[in-house]
Amino acid sequence: MSAKAHNDRDAILSRIRSALSHGTDQSVKAKTLTLEAGPPAPAETQRGPVAPKAITKAEKIDVFRRISDKLRTRVERVPDLDAAAELIRSIALEENWKRVGAHHDPMIERCVASTGAAACWTDDAEGYDPDTLESCDAGISTCEALIAGTGSVLVTCLGNGGRALSVLPPHHVVIARVDQLVPDLADGYRVLRDRYGSSLPSQITFITGPSRTGDIERILVLGAHGPKSLTVVLIDQEQATATS
Amino acid sequence: MPITIPLQQFKRDADHAVGLDQRRGYIRQALHGYEATRAQTESGYADWQQARVQAADIKWRAIENLDKHLEMFTEKLQSRGVKVFWASTGEDAVTYIRNVMREHNAKSIIKSKTMTSEEVHLNAALEADGYEVIESDLGEYIVQLRKEPPYHIVFPAMHLKRGEIKRTFSDHFSGVDTDDPEALTLIARSILRKKYLRADIGLSGANFGVAETGMISITENEGNARLATSMPRVHIALMGIEKIVPKLEDLALFLPMLATAGTGQHLTCYNTMLGGPRQPGELDGPEQMHVVLLDNGRTELLADPQQRDALRCIRCGACLNACPVFKNIGGFSYGTTYQGPIGSVITPHLRGLKDWAHLSSASSLCGACTETCPVRIDLHHHLLRNRRKAFEAGPGRIERLMFRAFSAVMTRPRLYRLAARFRGLPGWLPGFLHGTRLDPARAWRISRTLPETPAVTFKQYWRRRQR
Repeated sequence: MSAKAHNDRDAILSRIRSALSHGTDQSVKAKTLTLEAGPPAPAETQRGPVAPKAITKAEKIDVFRRISDKLRTRVERVPDLDAAAELIRSIALEENWKRVGAHHDPMIERCVASTGAAACWTDDAEGYDPDTLESCDAGISTCEALIAGTGSVLVTCLGNGGRALSVLPPHHVVIARVDQLVPDLADGYRVLRDRYGSSLPSQITFITGPSRTGDIERILVLGAHGPKSLTVVLIDQEQATATS
Repeated sequence: MPITIPLQQFKRDADHAVGLDQRRGYIRQALHGYEATRAQTESGYADWQQARVQAADIKWRAIENLDKHLEMFTEKLQSRGVKVFWASTGEDAVTYIRNVMREHNAKSIIKSKTMTSEEVHLNAALEADGYEVIESDLGEYIVQLRKEPPYHIVFPAMHLKRGEIKRTFSDHFSGVDTDDPEALTLIARSILRKKYLRADIGLSGANFGVAETGMISITENEGNARLATSMPRVHIALMGIEKIVPKLEDLALFLPMLATAGTGQHLTCYNTMLGGPRQPGELDGPEQMHVVLLDNGRTELLADPQQRDALRCIRCGACLNACPVFKNIGGFSYGTTYQGPIGSVITPHLRGLKDWAHLSSASSLCGACTETCPVRIDLHHHLLRNRRKAFEAGPGRIERLMFRAFSAVMTRPRLYRLAARFRGLPGWLPGFLHGTRLDPARAWRISRTLPETPAVTFKQYWRRRQR
């Protein structure tokens, strides 16, 4: 009944090395790397090939909004934290939030206070009860970055309240600053490297829209297991003075 | 080719599947929809073809240095407390996982979608042990209830209509009175939600393994993989050794390409990189993480200097979608875990040439697979190579006889002229025997008419012309 499982590290590595001692057939390899019309591609032609690379703040906001629209991510631009808190309060009222999951970031604390809902803090010293988090109507978190070119929210377990906060409650609300917008996925990885160096968090997720499935007749259904709603509150200090 | 049992089964299953006209039409419709979405997404790329070449190049680097990459991958994972187990065979992997379940006195295991676990027949082994095995991906959950294998490596339930899914649910749960996709999804969601919180073990696959940072990467839309790898106290990841990519930033290219080729999306909803169990200073996550590296014949494929090309596969499923054979015989006919062109290419290496070469002959070599592959694997030429290898390994007696007869006739002009006299022979067969077992041209006549036999041979025509 209790069989010993043999960890075959050495045998597998040895088989790999022996296999690789015969070089790859160059004609096979060359065929896969040569485009029929034109010369072989240079090494670093592109990063993140989707969407034209949005560079200016206005471009980034515009692209992020357009893609979010298609994804059904709600994006709300507000001039300051007070306005963000007010927006969160109105959502809480609309959706009748009784309890929200959150973590202790000053922006989040302010927003949670305005909802009047009970809070399940995922970063309290004693930890949190998963069943309590499961019963929350929403989870409010910050993010590591917003990826303009893909409409994504970059979260980690270290920076944004743990692994479950952004996926367990049915509505994920992200409080972000407009300077967190970066053009593409590679820039997102750079943000993480700069912030965490060689000690990257154990969980990193690019969130691109609310949870979805097309498993039944290819019909899009939101909220398969993760949140049915994703709201990004974008605080833009300059918006108050800029023209719309 | 020799008539093996898998070949006989394949002919039966393919025949049966081709006869299901409604399902074939439905599958064709679904794949047509995929094609349209994908074309649109591809057009958003600055240069999709260049992206393919770049992806191809990275994957070559990955497998041509596979030993070094796997060593670095393992070292990084272990430095964060991950237990890494190297499994030579599927049985080794299953044994290890069963041991982990036992060590933790587990009762239940919740899985996110992983074809690798299908390959090693994990579910059957765990269920035989008496564990509750929960598939959390909606499509996998549905086919698990129906006791069917996944129809497609990316779309497990694509063969089912809402009425069939409603019936499956109502067979297992009370109070199911709707066939609305959203309502059915909600039913599955509410059932599975509790399971995430109660399951002892979470099991995932890995779409990629990042050597440089020691992380697995999981691509999904539903959120079930995130939940299955966050809530239970133990996480086991099962990963084929070929899933390696060298650097973290390589994912900036691969995550969108996998989404585009796999489902036609720019990016799937959740792309998660996991580098360890809950680390000091982190708030939640599993206490323990295991990564099971699976060989199971992959080193066999690596040892072939030409066909190791196929190890660069990122399991997007695009070749299945493009294949006219897959469209018609469907995902249940192949009789093995990996369907479509990639399955036909690699299965002889993973499970034996003699029993699985026939899949490489079930192809018109149209090359649509090669054209659609995001990492530019030369799929249809690998099918040709498999055919050649199979023939060299030993053609069937009848085939050998046929070729000997053919060669005898073609090298002797008198015999050829004599044979040409009987060219009308298939047409002599009485009509009522057409398509029956007594019809030598049965394999052709079953779906086509025979071409018209010319009244004169070319030689006769030429001789007359000369006069």
